Amino acid sequence: MTKEVFKNKPEKKVGILRFLGTNCDRDIWTAVESVEMKPEWLWFEDHFDSSDYEGIIVPGGFSYGDYLRAGALAARTPAMESLREAAQKGLPILGICNGFQILCESGLLPGALVENESRKFVDEWSELQLENSKTSFAKEMKSGTVIQLPIAHGEGRFYANEEDLKKIEDNGMVWWRYKRNPNGSFNDIAGVTNQSGNVAGLMPHPERALFGWMTGNQNAEVHGLAFFSSLG
Amino acid sequence: MKVGVKVMPRDVVLDTQGRAVEKILNQSGHAVETCRVGRFIEIDLPVKDRQEAEQKIKTMAEYVLYNPLIEKYELVFHD
Repeated sequence: MTKEVFKNKPEKKVGILRFLGTNCDRDIWTAVESVEMKPEWLWFEDHFDSSDYEGIIVPGGFSYGDYLRAGALAARTPAMESLREAAQKGLPILGICNGFQILCESGLLPGALVENESRKFVDEWSELQLENSKTSFAKEMKSGTVIQLPIAHGEGRFYANEEDLKKIEDNGMVWWRYKRNPNGSFNDIAGVTNQSGNVAGLMPHPERALFGWMTGNQNAEVHGLAFFSSLG
Repeated sequence: MKVGVKVMPRDVVLDTQGRAVEKILNQSGHAVETCRVGRFIEIDLPVKDRQEAEQKIKTMAEYVLYNPLIEKYELVFHD
């Protein structure tokens, strides 16, 4: 009987939205499988039914070759219309790196990501502090927690005008802050959420910190999986 | 009708490209006060009337061509 019940229990699915030029998508696939959920590919040219999913993840990469502005063209594709509907329904949505840029370009998250102040691509491990744990992701961690995640971007400098920045700060929409600002981001912002907390974006890559060996040290403490496990 | 869309970074946004070009020009003896780098987009529309073209291009600009948070734009007509 127990077995039957288990068999009929719907699988918890997570959609991974891919564009031409997406990368890190297979790492996210592995992350989702590692927290015992079922990953499923979503394609940018197609609409999708968001009610099938526990959450949607928009990976990093260089969608549309970063033409015009990073994320600008990807933000205006059919799949993004479905994503916008999903966001309104309160479905958890996470954008990582280029995914974060796409969510900002689509208006689902505030602000914009512009070229790094140094004009250099940064690729390193970065220390981050959790500002607000009331999001759909990494919610098992407490505010104030400091972790390390890899960053790899050329256009990761978070920008918002004074008015928007105040709104972001006052409404607790800052998700993660860099301990040492690598790109000139305003207020050291590494990740933000929307006002209701179901849509979140961050420049660092949790999917590149799933297991100790990814740091070069088998026994290192890593926190990447926590970003995905809270979806279940 | 061909219409140009000149997109420039807003003055309050740090223009890293412009700053780099400015530095090279000054270093090479070409004295410049400031330099800012934007982009120019040229669109050929199946429209002959200038007003109609202007309306259509404005809609396109607001849809995707520029991001009002960080950029400003102006239309350039080659009459």
